[in-house]
Amino acid sequence: MATFGTLSDRLTQTFSALRTKGKLSPADVDKTVREIRRALLDADVALPVVKEFTSTVRERALADEVNRALNPAQQVVQIVNEELVAILGGEQRRLEFAKNPPTVIMLAGLQGAGKTTLAGKLAKWLKGQGHTPLLVAADLQRPNAVTQLQVVGEQAGAAVFAPEPGNGVGDPVKVAKDAVQHARTRLHDVVIVDTAGRLGVDAELMKQAASIRKAVDPDEVLFVIDAMIGQDAVATAQAFQEGVDFTGVVLSKLDGDARGGAALSVASVTGRPIMFASTGEGLDDFEPFHPDRMASRILDLGDILSLIEQAQKAFDQEEAQKVAEKFATDSFTLEDFLAQMQQLKKMGSIKGMLGMLPGARGMREQLDNFDESELTRTEAIIQSMTPAERRMPKLLNGSRRLRIARGSGTTVTEVNALVNRFEQAAKMMKTVAKGGVPNVPGMGPIPGMGGGGGAASARKAAAKKKGKGGSKSGNPAKRAAEQAARAQGVRPGVAAGGAGFGLGGVGGAGAGTEPTAEELAALQKFLGR
Amino acid sequence: MAERSWNLGGALRGLFTKPTIDESTWDDLETALIRADFGPDLTEAILDELREKVARYSTTDPADLKRMLRESIEERLAQHDPTLTLSARPAVVLVVGVNGVGKTTTIGKFAKFLTGYGRSVVVGAADTFRAAAVEQLATWADRAGASVVRPQQQGQDPASVAFQTVQRAIDESIDIAIIDTAGRLQTKAGLMDELSKVRRVVEKLGPIAEVLLVLDGTTGQNGLAQAEAFIEHAGVTGLVITKLDGSAKGGFVLAVQERTGIPIKLIGQGEGIGDLTGFTPHVFAASLVP
Repeated sequence: MATFGTLSDRLTQTFSALRTKGKLSPADVDKTVREIRRALLDADVALPVVKEFTSTVRERALADEVNRALNPAQQVVQIVNEELVAILGGEQRRLEFAKNPPTVIMLAGLQGAGKTTLAGKLAKWLKGQGHTPLLVAADLQRPNAVTQLQVVGEQAGAAVFAPEPGNGVGDPVKVAKDAVQHARTRLHDVVIVDTAGRLGVDAELMKQAASIRKAVDPDEVLFVIDAMIGQDAVATAQAFQEGVDFTGVVLSKLDGDARGGAALSVASVTGRPIMFASTGEGLDDFEPFHPDRMASRILDLGDILSLIEQAQKAFDQEEAQKVAEKFATDSFTLEDFLAQMQQLKKMGSIKGMLGMLPGARGMREQLDNFDESELTRTEAIIQSMTPAERRMPKLLNGSRRLRIARGSGTTVTEVNALVNRFEQAAKMMKTVAKGGVPNVPGMGPIPGMGGGGGAASARKAAAKKKGKGGSKSGNPAKRAAEQAARAQGVRPGVAAGGAGFGLGGVGGAGAGTEPTAEELAALQKFLGR
Repeated sequence: MAERSWNLGGALRGLFTKPTIDESTWDDLETALIRADFGPDLTEAILDELREKVARYSTTDPADLKRMLRESIEERLAQHDPTLTLSARPAVVLVVGVNGVGKTTTIGKFAKFLTGYGRSVVVGAADTFRAAAVEQLATWADRAGASVVRPQQQGQDPASVAFQTVQRAIDESIDIAIIDTAGRLQTKAGLMDELSKVRRVVEKLGPIAEVLLVLDGTTGQNGLAQAEAFIEHAGVTGLVITKLDGSAKGGFVLAVQERTGIPIKLIGQGEGIGDLTGFTPHVFAASLVP
């Protein structure tokens, strides 16, 4: 696995070609879906499940459900993630307790899946919730499984019912049956039946498990499965579903580095909820299952997903609407500008964030050139202004500018640059907000205003540049990017609008003949950052 | 070796009864290999190789393809020598692996296998962590007719148990000493270091003949990560594949052997004490592709 890199890396390659496009073509989607298919197989998701899953993703990616907060690459990843979470968490529920105690919980699974250890964990967990669990040693097959359960029971502080010595001696069905009776007389409200490990193909043992189930009529039958299992997960899960008809799944050994694709296979093939995750050898290493964490683990895309989350959080729809109105009515002030910038900063370290993006890897050099303190400096400049000045930048004469420069520890040149950029931006925004296509001749040369294509990295870079002082660092690259966009025949008007606002391809390339809606969306997008 | 249920037979049956090789043959073959846990990369490599061969010999007969597939798998498996080297006296065998793969069971079977050939065996219960692991091993040793070295107290350092086991083998001129270790996930750095320590301590008494990594046949692509980590920390010299009596095909072992160069040496196929056999590439390939 490690040798072939993570899905993040491979997707980066796939998406590097998409950076200038705002929308995914069927060919792009196919390429992406192929990578995702491979990643899922690497994560041991069963093939039939992979096939079904990728076709769903493909359909949704091609359908016109475009989330404007994300670039195309992120869109696909998000679709994939949503689908994963939907399957993994679709049937999420808690343990069901019997109305008339004792509640009977039966454990079943392959050999070595971790049933006995889980019995102990479950007992301790239930005990912590005020229950009085009874552990039942119905694994009479494996040498000293009974002893192991007794030790585990002692550690968990739970009673153990073990009338038979095990090691092939005794009838597990009878033990299980007696256990329920025993629990009733001793007032245990939960009975946990540990059964022997068995293979799905072992008809005789499956029949035995079915008889145990019949004898004790459990309220829950938990199927314990090793997170490291491969393609066989489906066959095994189906065999156990037919054999003992389990009601829930427990994923064990999640503390390893297996991606745990089995979780997806089992959940999707059997439709049974995954209820718990077992994450270590200690009796406390046990927790309810988190579908979202599992999804990102299977795909190994945690960094991208957390980025998407951040971007969406920072994108405050209402706020954006408000500012759009301000633009339209010409009441956008430096104060709003500051608020925008602070919202941008809320997203965390820009450099770190750009690094997380699949498309940003090629931009590392530019990233290194970008000084994040520029943002802080711009903030300082605005904060050194009086409220009146912030609202009416026209007040800013020479002496005021000198005072501001001194107050913020910058130079007059920097203050000038900021004010100029703000004015130009406000003017352009106003045009756009009113529905016009901005025809700003100075578009190209405006420092830090040119945006790249569709990549969010470029968008963010542009948005962030907008906030910084007079520095021109990184500017030549930006200009080049814009020229490239032009060279590719993107309609100049739209490109200027989109790129200028750090909006990039999503609105730009997707813009048809109705600039108003597109541009407004574009504006919102920008404002969100 | 009797009939095995874990071959690709079912998946391939429809494939090789067709009159000619067409595009769907390749798709089906890919599906069959992936479902047998060969993994996407190895599947691709095998398919490429077969496509090339089919083109070279310009054959359209699926029977040829089947033969080529079997040969390809056998060839890949046969690149490494599966013979166990147990000529040293005492021959020290360290058994390692993640939790629940069947280390203790394998040791029981292996001890039986060796006593069956008239070798004296001592097993060391250096799994001092898991509840009742010592008793489980003792039961197996009893069945196999081997003696056991138990930890003198609860939670004793596994390295010291291992040392005592080898010491006893030397003192009593026992042919083979097999040391059971606690299951550990390869991501637990502390536990992996503990394994390195066991190895170092045992080596003070003499070289270790074999370090066997037990892999669960139902494991998927994580088997590779396991192998890599255990090779690094324990110096694995051979692989044991267990639970092949189920419906899993264990295709990942091919990838493990190929990537790491460590040969498969033993195969476990059941819970009975006699269910352990040596590994022969030809038989394995033939039963995988009948």
